[in-house]
Amino acid sequence: MTFKRPDGRKSDEMRPITAKVGIIPNADGSAMFTFGKTVAIAAVYGPRMLHPQHMQDPKGAILRVNYDLLSFSVSDRKKPGPSRRSQEISKVTEWSLSPALDLKDFPNTVVDVQIYILQADASTRVAGINAASMALAQAGIPMKNLICSVSIGKMDKELVVDVDKDEEDFEDGEGATDIPIAKLANTDEYTLLQLDGKIQPHLIPQALALADKACAKIYEVQKKALKNVMGDEDK
Amino acid sequence: MSSMGLSGLTYHTLAKMFSEGKRFDGRKLLEQRDFTVEYNVSNKAEGSARVKMGKTEVVVGVKMDVGTPYPDSLDKGNLMVSGDLLPLASPRFESGPPKFNAIELPRLIDRMVRESHVIDLKKLVITEGEKVWTVMIDIYPINDDGALIDAASIGTIAALLQTHIPNLDENGRVDHESKSTKKLPLMENTIPLSFTFYKLGESLLVDPTREEEEACDGKIVWGLSNWKGKEHMIHSCQKGLEMSMTRQDIEQMMKHLPKLYDDTLKKLKKFLK
Repeated sequence: MTFKRPDGRKSDEMRPITAKVGIIPNADGSAMFTFGKTVAIAAVYGPRMLHPQHMQDPKGAILRVNYDLLSFSVSDRKKPGPSRRSQEISKVTEWSLSPALDLKDFPNTVVDVQIYILQADASTRVAGINAASMALAQAGIPMKNLICSVSIGKMDKELVVDVDKDEEDFEDGEGATDIPIAKLANTDEYTLLQLDGKIQPHLIPQALALADKACAKIYEVQKKALKNVMGDEDK
Repeated sequence: MSSMGLSGLTYHTLAKMFSEGKRFDGRKLLEQRDFTVEYNVSNKAEGSARVKMGKTEVVVGVKMDVGTPYPDSLDKGNLMVSGDLLPLASPRFESGPPKFNAIELPRLIDRMVRESHVIDLKKLVITEGEKVWTVMIDIYPINDDGALIDAASIGTIAALLQTHIPNLDENGRVDHESKSTKKLPLMENTIPLSFTFYKLGESLLVDPTREEEEACDGKIVWGLSNWKGKEHMIHSCQKGLEMSMTRQDIEQMMKHLPKLYDDTLKKLKKFLK
């Protein structure tokens, strides 16, 4: 028996995705990205002076990422403040974004990226990365290209794109495996790879190929959202 | 920056050597150091082990206590993995709140153990919905000379295989003193272990020394098992550091991972009692 997705999607079908740039007027760049019911927002501040001074790097700006869930974004209220989970996601998000950035022209400064989840239906870190990537572009930070990110799932033996909460909790057969992936658009360079569950080594390249297809679609949505706001500024 | 305390000269020398397939200690890029496993680090622990891999040394202890189950898993015992990078083990480790590496190490071991189901948590229920055993794994590096997560995974499995469930006294309280003969229920056909691939320039290597590790720009940690004795199964993975990995890098890792696993399991089996 093959796995049927609870919401009837095809295995390579994402939930509806939306993107909007320029949602926080105070920020140098900001964006929202949604996968179905999962809603992530991101703001970029900087490059700006970095304190404490001992963290400053004369060779360029440092990137500092903070990811967290808002307390009411999940069923059981999340206690406000950083957890080990959010600290880990903040760090891997930082690593997933930094290969796209060229920060050498901004010595001793920091680029702060703040990512928050308003509503969680799994795949929150990858939604946050997509939002942050657009926010960095809007802020005018020199970038090689956008970062695109999606989660690949393995439900029993079936690979699927864009895991939702119902799927994350799937337990039959080989159970649920969640593989958040990010890549530099239009390359085969992966900047985020995490995994939880059970998957045979030979399926990893297939998971990457599925992510490539989904990321190409996400890239188009991100670019369109950025063009929209650039148009507004011209008027 | 990965090269804290490492000179540019060392970085460039290592990059050049790796590109020629060479290492200071004569190993091949994908060759691991030999390791030894000893037991009984503490007779107060329900199980414990010490792993020495080159100059890297890690101790792992398992303690068990009676606790209440989590609301979403009333029919299972609890698992907790913690650890600390004690300033004892390296001049690079500092006291105070845990830095990222001190958070990452136990979290990656936790995911490897949990997702492989090597501990049969369903057999750790005392009274369903009320009382269950909590398995607490604690990991402490004693000397850091690289590849701590890989060494910690060996130590964790060795310690779990030694672990006995303590007796309960007539009031249902845990009696840590009397000798128990009841072994921790494990899926002995499923043994998870972790392997970290590091990247410097275009070269991939495993089991770096501290110096090699500091020079590297990218890494991916993989936790995998011989699931149910049937097939290689990956349970956890995390890419780290700022360098991206190419499809080719990841495909190369998938090619070598099963052999690394098989070799390490074979070596580990020599130390299992």
